[in-house]
Amino acid sequence: MAIIKVRNLKKRFGKLEVLRGINLDVAEGEQLVVIGPSGSGKSTLLRCLNMLEEPSEGTIEFEGIDLTDKNTDLPKVRESIGMVFQSFNLFPHKNVTENITLALLKVKGMKQEEAKNVAYTLLEKVGLSDKVNAYPSQLSGGQQQRVAIARALAMQPKVMLFDEPTSALDPEMVGEVLSVMRDLAREGMTMVVVTHEMKFAQEVGDRVIFMDEGLIVEEGTPEQIFKDPRNPRTRSFLTRVMQ
Amino acid sequence: MDIIIKALPAFGFGVYQTLKITLLAVGLGCIFGLIGGLGRLSRHKVIRFLATCYVDFIRGTPLLVQIFIVYFGFPQLLKELDMLLRSQFGIVLFQTNPHIDAFVAAVISCSINSGAYVAEIFRAGIQSIEKGQMEAALSLGMTPRQAMRYIILPQAFRRIVPPLGNEFIAMLKDTSLLVVIGYVELTRTGQLIIADTFRPFEIWMFVALLYLIMTLSISRLVDFTERRLGVRGHHQS
Repeated sequence: MAIIKVRNLKKRFGKLEVLRGINLDVAEGEQLVVIGPSGSGKSTLLRCLNMLEEPSEGTIEFEGIDLTDKNTDLPKVRESIGMVFQSFNLFPHKNVTENITLALLKVKGMKQEEAKNVAYTLLEKVGLSDKVNAYPSQLSGGQQQRVAIARALAMQPKVMLFDEPTSALDPEMVGEVLSVMRDLAREGMTMVVVTHEMKFAQEVGDRVIFMDEGLIVEEGTPEQIFKDPRNPRTRSFLTRVMQ
Repeated sequence: MDIIIKALPAFGFGVYQTLKITLLAVGLGCIFGLIGGLGRLSRHKVIRFLATCYVDFIRGTPLLVQIFIVYFGFPQLLKELDMLLRSQFGIVLFQTNPHIDAFVAAVISCSINSGAYVAEIFRAGIQSIEKGQMEAALSLGMTPRQAMRYIILPQAFRRIVPPLGNEFIAMLKDTSLLVVIGYVELTRTGQLIIADTFRPFEIWMFVALLYLIMTLSISRLVDFTERRLGVRGHHQS
């Protein structure tokens, strides 16, 4: 069953057409990895999935609800779509626990005690139980990104979107974030991951799509895409990044 | 020296009035400014237009003229409205000629003026918060209003403190313009004392000194507040 359906999605920024007609289904429980050169539109596609970017044309359905419909209650839908950003975007004026509990309290109307328990459980899961009272600026990049993942998970989303979650990290911190994501995948979380981590794509992805110049050029299993890319553009991209 | 010592109680009253008007003006100005600043960032064209008109008109005309409009212009307008209502509907708004109290005119003109400057301070403060903060809040299911309230504004307020302090200092000095409507604040106090003593040099120097003491104290206070706010949540480790 497709939880996300994208049809003929186009996005223009002024004259620049960043997405030029995307069709895509994401199945429940699937881990979809999106790769491609920078400027290919993969981040824009991901940001359209929770309507942080408004599509210029086409439709996006989430559980049968058309997100491009003006009457759709976007905040409600976004509760079910977690997102992790390249630059973490933790709230610097809130400590780690508050970062996680804020939306639980204000959006879900949860009680303080209950929200805190959710936060502690998730912080333990991402290995940061000792940082409950720390402020974001006191954490390393890898720790911040793990808090950001915990914050998104707290809302109990049905889908998690990852927008180059390790691109802003020092190399030695990439591993700890990928390991949290690997755990999530193993638990069966539906994930759409835009990444430059080809090893991670190969190992965790159920399906890989390769984008170039605003279009999905090729899609297939990681096995097929990485071992036997059919499209010449996929091939040249992979030789460039895999060396 | 004797003259000044004798005039100290009067100066004290002048300082008090100046501080009172400034506090009221910037305090109310913060409310107008928040509305104006958010209006400038609104998605709705009409609201944006109205907010821009307000800010441009106030910042593009002298405070002195604005004081004249409120103190001398408004009563005329009220009188004409009163006459119109009398002749058309027999309603009597004012028994005597409408008149605006100098204090009320002072608060109205200064707070509306301050609001326009504070609006720009708020707008700049809000826009200085990284786009990702709003996106993160929205992605968690918050409405734009909740994101503004819990995420953007609390961070913007910290950055707003220094320019707000400057606005406070500017307004404190500008309240001296209220002498033209006879409102007794510090500068008017100076005038009155000179009328009695004929010692303009000493008196104006002392008035200047009192302003200087107030403005320097405010900037110290702003520095202190800034440091206090900076410590919480913005560790530079």
